[in-house]
Amino acid sequence: MNRRVAPVVAAVLLVAMAGSAMAAGALPPGASTCSGCHGASGPVPVLHGRTPDDVAEAMREFREGRRTATVMDRIARGFSEDEARAIAAAVVVPPEERAP
Amino acid sequence: MTVSTATGSTMIAASPSAAVASRATATVHRAAPSRRAVVAGLAATLAAPRVLAQVPARVVVVGGGFAGATCARVLARAGLDVTLVEPAMAYTACPMSNAVLAGLRPLAGQVFGYAALRDEGIAIAAQNAAEVDAATRTVRLNDGTVLPFDRAVLAPGIAFRYDAIRGYSAEVANLMPHAWRAGAQTALLQRQLTAMDDGGTVVMSVPANPYRCPPGPYERASLIAWYLKERKPRSKLIILDAKDQFSKQRLFVAAWKQLYGDRLEWVGQSGGGTVTEVLPAERTLVTEFGRFRADVANVIPPQSAASIARDSGAADATGWCPVNPATFESRLLPNVHVIGDAAVMGAMPKSAFAANAQAKVCGEVVAMLLRGETPPPPKLVNTCYSLVAPGYGISVAGVYTPRNGILADVEGAGGTSALDAPASVRAAEAGYADAWFDTIIAETFG
Repeated sequence: MNRRVAPVVAAVLLVAMAGSAMAAGALPPGASTCSGCHGASGPVPVLHGRTPDDVAEAMREFREGRRTATVMDRIARGFSEDEARAIAAAVVVPPEERAP
Repeated sequence: MTVSTATGSTMIAASPSAAVASRATATVHRAAPSRRAVVAGLAATLAAPRVLAQVPARVVVVGGGFAGATCARVLARAGLDVTLVEPAMAYTACPMSNAVLAGLRPLAGQVFGYAALRDEGIAIAAQNAAEVDAATRTVRLNDGTVLPFDRAVLAPGIAFRYDAIRGYSAEVANLMPHAWRAGAQTALLQRQLTAMDDGGTVVMSVPANPYRCPPGPYERASLIAWYLKERKPRSKLIILDAKDQFSKQRLFVAAWKQLYGDRLEWVGQSGGGTVTEVLPAERTLVTEFGRFRADVANVIPPQSAASIARDSGAADATGWCPVNPATFESRLLPNVHVIGDAAVMGAMPKSAFAANAQAKVCGEVVAMLLRGETPPPPKLVNTCYSLVAPGYGISVAGVYTPRNGILADVEGAGGTSALDAPASVRAAEAGYADAWFDTIIAETFG
């Protein structure tokens, strides 16, 4: 397994694990906090309906200081790439569509 | 729901397992070395018949604020049998109540009912809780009702330590309001500010840490100063503080200098800011170094966990409730979780955002524990906005995870808004503050 593939596999595994955890009603660590600010309408960007890749990319850019932010840069730096990908996969699903 | 008055008290949803749980837990109390393991094993054993019978486990949540109401909803959505103990018909929110004091928002816009929670199947016991008994796994209400639980969540908020400032009391708070629990106290302080003559002096007393909403007093000072500047420009505000460092200090101090100049004076602990006594008849606050006569006095006293937490043995000598940072289970009462302002959360501050974030994790954790699963170590976020003036917002954020037995800061994350941010960022953060309030209210009560 080369170095480029390893993180991808890890991320896929994490997303898969996040999926199974969600089926049991739990979200990956950190994910439940997002809905405190990200709701059903703006000005804080709505996450529901976006793609997991889109949200994960935004988190990466915030974490690396490549995207203009007010507060998300300070928050994104608290999560690894794997954590952010698992969170991204979870938060794009509205609560009413999540498995109970 | 079965009702029995055989013992003179009403048992709601009484079941034989409650009595078994009582005896089992009493035995477990003596098995100190592996108490947690034994409790977990017993809980699984006791829970088994309920699972087989498809009877949902019972969770009693005490307190219907940002922590309790949010947690009740998460627990109900996980299929649990949830009772929320909350005597008030509606909740009056503290966040944004400083804007009410400055006339920028109506107090009515701070009030939220529990209809949505009822619609989701949450039973609401409109009573004060008298005692949470971890040994019998019951919550006793003031009217004698006894609610059995498999797990309980305490989210009772704060109590004021009236004895900490000589001369201050619940009665004196009607003359010198704290306005640190929103509602009538907020309306009273606003009336006093409105009635004050131009040229008057407002004096605020701010406690040492820990207390509810660390940046709250400074947001309040900012918005009162804004109100005075707009409406009573010859007036002045003095902040008497029992500490030398406070949340978002550099941002507040820089903004105060720019916006309010000499109108706002802050006296820290080393400058003699600690208020030791109040003289209500003379509208005077006494510090270690002097006396301050106030036309309007806002005394925010030191605080502790609410009395139900202390009376039930969930609080330690500090007056606050120590918890396991991974599960929020009380360090002192098994099967009882404590969230929100009443709990000791390490680096995580006592804020509505934090309470809501903890509640969501706690709800998931309680549901997992009741299913016999092991919850993963959580990560939590706090974000607190403060308004320094209308259209001028600043923020502090943090990311937290369990480390060394407490919720610790995740290194490299968090911090405050930039000191040199342009006006456009301040305006954006003010807008996000408004949006955050609407979103968190919808998630908690909507």
